[in-house]
Amino acid sequence: MRTRLVPWLYLLPALALLIAFTYIPVGSMISYSFTDWDGLDPDPAFVGVDNYVQLFTRPELFTVFLVSGYYLLAAFVQTGLALYFAFILSFKLRLRNLFKGILFFPYLINGVAVSFVFLYFFRPGGTLDAVLALFGANPGKLWLGDPDLVNVSLSGVSVWRFLGLNFVLFLGAIQAVPPELHEAAELDGANRWHVFRHIVVPGIKPILSLSVILAVSGSLSVFEIPFVMTGGAGDSKTFVIQTVKLAFQFNKFGLASAAAVVLLLIVLLVTWVQRRLVPEERTDLT
Amino acid sequence: MYRRTLAVALALTLATPLAACGGKDDPAGSADAVSPTDPGAVSGEITVLTNRTDLVTDGTMQKYADQFKALYPKVTVKFEGVTDYEGEVKIRMNTENYGDVLLIPNTVVTEDYPKYFAPLGSAADLSAKYSFTDKAKVADKVYGVAGFAYVNGFVYNKDVWAQAGVTTWPTTPAEFITALQAIRSKTSATPYYTNYHDGWPLSSWSQVVGSVSCDPKANDKLVTTDPWADGADIATGDTLLFDIVKNKLSEADPTTTNWEDSKGQIATGKIATMWLGSWAIAQMQDAAKKAGKDPSVIGYMPFPKQVDGKFCSVVAPDYQYAINSHSKNKAAARAWFDWFIDKSDSAAVNQAISAVKGAPLPPAMQPFTAAGVRFIELSQAGAAKLTKIDNASEVGISKPEYRQKLVDTARGAAPGDAKSIFTDLGKRWTEAAKTLG
Repeated sequence: MRTRLVPWLYLLPALALLIAFTYIPVGSMISYSFTDWDGLDPDPAFVGVDNYVQLFTRPELFTVFLVSGYYLLAAFVQTGLALYFAFILSFKLRLRNLFKGILFFPYLINGVAVSFVFLYFFRPGGTLDAVLALFGANPGKLWLGDPDLVNVSLSGVSVWRFLGLNFVLFLGAIQAVPPELHEAAELDGANRWHVFRHIVVPGIKPILSLSVILAVSGSLSVFEIPFVMTGGAGDSKTFVIQTVKLAFQFNKFGLASAAAVVLLLIVLLVTWVQRRLVPEERTDLT
Repeated sequence: MYRRTLAVALALTLATPLAACGGKDDPAGSADAVSPTDPGAVSGEITVLTNRTDLVTDGTMQKYADQFKALYPKVTVKFEGVTDYEGEVKIRMNTENYGDVLLIPNTVVTEDYPKYFAPLGSAADLSAKYSFTDKAKVADKVYGVAGFAYVNGFVYNKDVWAQAGVTTWPTTPAEFITALQAIRSKTSATPYYTNYHDGWPLSSWSQVVGSVSCDPKANDKLVTTDPWADGADIATGDTLLFDIVKNKLSEADPTTTNWEDSKGQIATGKIATMWLGSWAIAQMQDAAKKAGKDPSVIGYMPFPKQVDGKFCSVVAPDYQYAINSHSKNKAAARAWFDWFIDKSDSAAVNQAISAVKGAPLPPAMQPFTAAGVRFIELSQAGAAKLTKIDNASEVGISKPEYRQKLVDTARGAAPGDAKSIFTDLGKRWTEAAKTLG
């Protein structure tokens, strides 16, 4: 009896927090999505699936997903870079820990602070222009003001910020690959690329597939960086910014909740498809 | 990347349930918050919610509390500065705990006032004493009084304008553009600064309503007409903004503007002009002092449009103060309310117009009176309907988004022209108005 209770006791704080701050809110969000609640009205009217009908009959609400494409591309660049750095730094190099720290550091900074830093970075005559001028380049571009560039700039910030997380995940996984395999491969005359392709990549496949899921769901729900830096102005509006604006500017909490539910479903769907395409398998290298 | 998802999930989920819980009982018919007659007999502790966090942290509010305490020794006043005033207080109003005296968030519709606030007295009594009581009148009772009011106009740097050879206020939008062009060619200043990034300064362009047509019913007309039809108030203001940007008379990169910096820049003559409420004058003068300039360099002019040879300026109320209907110390709350609005110098230091009838105009308004500017008060009869149309159409008539798009279009960063934007806005607006009936 006691032994069965003890694990639950340890789980209790985490579960309580999870239920209080995730499941109950998600539950009430779903229930709001069937009402016309304006954020203040004590008794909102039940409107059935009206909000969902409205959502799907207004295509302009979905065009913002195109912006996510930029972040998705950036996420793949980010995964590639992280993999590259993780592989390089898994060898014994000089100043290895320093580089690890440099790569991981941006992830530790608060996202809002990062956004403010990059606001100065991108302004005309700001850091980026100054650095480019050192090399004689003077593009004179408005990094955040040009609608063709703004999403590239913003997703660049996102890469800078989240590269560290991917990197650490990959590094951990790579270091968990048994070193004997490396040695054996080297004895067999494999070069670095062979090791990477045939030992490291299969060895970290579960982490890689996790990264892909996170990349897709993350790029569908980008929020804080564009919200703080541009507020969604000039073609940089994402689905979540749009949802927040519906709720907090136009008091359409019902519709915004429906939009949030739809986003959740899309993310779940993408995850499911991804799992079907790349089934999780226990990798066994030996 | 998943942190982002988490943050969003949290942001979205946290906001909604909090608003859901809490008191739903309707204390309608709660007793009037009557002004106490004997200061010595009033006691209790009250909490005052304010959006001016800066005044709470720098001790200004405490000074008011001390002055008040000298008159009402048994009342203790505590302040709570709320940074995101609109967002937070709205959520707290789903409970009973939203201070004793507070500013009414803009999102609360007037007809709901009796659910949240204690009545302050009959409309006849209060309107005799204060201006702008119409905005908070429900069934002949008044539930809120504006702390102060301000007008809207262009804050400008007198030296820069003089240097460009413009010494009289432009009287038409075309003259205004010519003046800005003179500034562009004769000085190194940015003729106009949009404050696009911070957004809210752009939304103050909505305040041209009434100043263009000089019609006290201009605000109510928004409900029945297309605000973007040729010659309408909003259309005139937005066209001027569009032309300013189109003629490259504004800052080069609007997306990286900075409100705090802009104050110093107008004081030192790097920026020539900004469209803002008159509350901004005091802040710009402060900035001038800090930059070692004479504060009198900051000038203020009305919207460039005259009716019968006279400028018009709308006097618009700021946030209204109200008393929580759940307050346990209504007498103390009312005492503070009366004292703060009637007796404190809060309106004067903001160079604002006091809501108390017959109070003198602030010095910043003297050029206006000297030039014979007509001050008008807008009827607020259509205010509730206006909010409904605005939300239903998702236009955001007093929000920065559509004007950011207007600026983007004007500078060639978005397709279309002023006409296509106005047509689209007008269509959405009138359709929503029709649906709401």
